[in-house]
Amino acid sequence: MTVRDVKEILGAQVISGEEFLNREAHTGCGSDMMSDVLAFVKEQCVLLTGLCNLQVVRTAEMMDVVCIVFVRGKRPDEAMIELANEREIPLLCTGHRMFTACGLLYQNGLRGGTSN
Amino acid sequence: MNQTITLTYTISGDDFTRAGEASSDVKKKLKQMGANPEVIRKVAISMYEGEINMVIHAHGGEITVFISSTEIIIRLKDEGPGIVDVELAMQAGYSTAPDNVRALGFGAGMGLPNMKKYSDEMNIDTILGEGTTVTIKVYM
Repeated sequence: MTVRDVKEILGAQVISGEEFLNREAHTGCGSDMMSDVLAFVKEQCVLLTGLCNLQVVRTAEMMDVVCIVFVRGKRPDEAMIELANEREIPLLCTGHRMFTACGLLYQNGLRGGTSN
Repeated sequence: MNQTITLTYTISGDDFTRAGEASSDVKKKLKQMGANPEVIRKVAISMYEGEINMVIHAHGGEITVFISSTEIIIRLKDEGPGIVDVELAMQAGYSTAPDNVRALGFGAGMGLPNMKKYSDEMNIDTILGEGTTVTIKVYM
């Protein structure tokens, strides 16, 4: 699944990183807890979150996530967009709630990766 | 690369939004050096967790990174309150982080366990009331 697929499936708006829509995602992770993201996220992951602060982008940077999807209509601020641009991390926004957003991506073939 | 490269960062304890800048810089430098992506990932995650811990618990501190051809050593030194029970702090899920930190997405009690998970060696020196030094090592 590419970032473009994620965008279309979720009816999401691309806030930044339009040039990276062809990036391939292998897994998905939905969490508002960045500590857990750091503990469990695998390679080439889409991060879905309702948390909206600079540390979400930092965490994504450390984990090399493919893109960040803000759920429940959350919108990143200027500082977040700037950092995401600098680090080449696409930011997407969807009005869907977390459960629905994750469910839609799962239904279209994205998986959470093996637990460990 | 025969000599060791040393990088030093002063971590501010006041501004949570800046936490991670040092780890980000190290990640960038390792990438420029052409280090193995898995090594970069291990260093980035474990150092970022350590940096966050410093800001949350110890009002900042100093991080020194030593990069040689065989290993990367990250020394995180703070003058915070120290860790009361290291064994307990190492348990996944145990946390003393305040609510305002949890609201920012941290404090799940995964910091130290994660640092151990993503490093090849980890050592904690802590003295109550004086501070903590965590040293992590990742092999190249």
